[in-house]
Amino acid sequence: MPDKKRKLTIAVSGLNAIDSPGPGVAVIRALREAESFDVRIIGLAYESLEPGIFMHDLVDKTYQIPYPSTGIETIFERIEYIHSIEKLDIIIPNFDAELYPLIRLEDKLKEMGIKMFLPTMEQFEERHKVNLNDFGKKYNIKVPKSIVIHEISSVYSLPSEFKYPVVVKGKYYDASVCHNIDQIKTQFNKITAKWGLPVIIQEFIHGTEFNVTGLGDGNGNTISAVPMRKQYITEKGKAWGGISISDKRILDLTDHFLSQTKWRGGFELELMKDKENDFYLLEINPRMPAWIYLSVGVGQNIPEALVRLALDEDVKPFTHYQVGKMFVRYAWDMIVDMEEFQAISTLGEL
Amino acid sequence: MRIKSNIAVSDSGFIFNPDTGESFTVNPTGALIINQLKEGRELKEIGNDIREKYNVQFVTFEKDFDDFIGLLRNYSLIENA
Repeated sequence: MPDKKRKLTIAVSGLNAIDSPGPGVAVIRALREAESFDVRIIGLAYESLEPGIFMHDLVDKTYQIPYPSTGIETIFERIEYIHSIEKLDIIIPNFDAELYPLIRLEDKLKEMGIKMFLPTMEQFEERHKVNLNDFGKKYNIKVPKSIVIHEISSVYSLPSEFKYPVVVKGKYYDASVCHNIDQIKTQFNKITAKWGLPVIIQEFIHGTEFNVTGLGDGNGNTISAVPMRKQYITEKGKAWGGISISDKRILDLTDHFLSQTKWRGGFELELMKDKENDFYLLEINPRMPAWIYLSVGVGQNIPEALVRLALDEDVKPFTHYQVGKMFVRYAWDMIVDMEEFQAISTLGEL
Repeated sequence: MRIKSNIAVSDSGFIFNPDTGESFTVNPTGALIINQLKEGRELKEIGNDIREKYNVQFVTFEKDFDDFIGLLRNYSLIENA
């Protein structure tokens, strides 16, 4: 008879499996397929229509949680309440914006018996879009030139090395290619209304986009790295289909990133290969991407390995993955009873 | 000149470049050329075979053949030996 696997209670956010999806549902699918443990999944949702809330075959129970902007204490109190009922072993946050409060709460949660495997505050800050130029210089990685602006008048005095088009980006999300100053101004207003200041103006690199997701152990070692090329891109620039690839230069770049920064946790690197075949690092997402389930499909269950690292277990680096495996995303209409929507909306639990 | 060793070509003419994730489809003549390049045959030999097989005029053949090889090069599917 096979050994009974231990059961872990893991809370996961990012249940918004929408057109610009959060990674939560994909992370949960990976955890459900873990070989080294069974899971009880606690969903953490911000809005009552996040699709993952209603996926009862994946999520055992969901709690609404306050937005990161409400402050660390409010978030802590809610986690404390959830923990009093669910006895959480692990939390896997899947939004950039919630990493800041959770990194600060990491020790406090650990004392309560809740573990996470997150980048350090220094790693989280230095990889930020607004610091990308310095990051590139510090770690000898090519990045597009960028400038951070805090007021709209600054668009009139962009340095001469910025040629059109440029990419205008929000602090956390949103990016748009702009071909003239009027488009920059429009985008500036749109982004600041939604995400606040500052706004980043970045050199547009013509080329082909590649992504790599992976896991660093915090000591400079690559536990996992899976590069992917987007094959089908939505209007929001999200991958709706992609394929695993074997480009050694991407893997070398990932190893370099991890060995230099000693990155701790999951991540996604967004890369652009230009006409000279040089790779530029456009962005570092400090968490697993929405396409993380591809890592399971190619033989590297990154969420499972991340959980084991969070539990202080010895995790051996993956050495192989299947090249040429594709993911194709799809939309799926679930039928939901009004009572369920009512419960999550009024009680904040389902 | 040869097809990069890691390029996969199926019998149906589907080509996959694992470095870039790009895929292409070619017609049976294209597949024949690529498979022969993979076997290490020279361009000149392959060209002679095809001209014999399809009874095509030299000028027409040379133009199409050069275009095709140019495409393979453009998509980084071939490398110089």
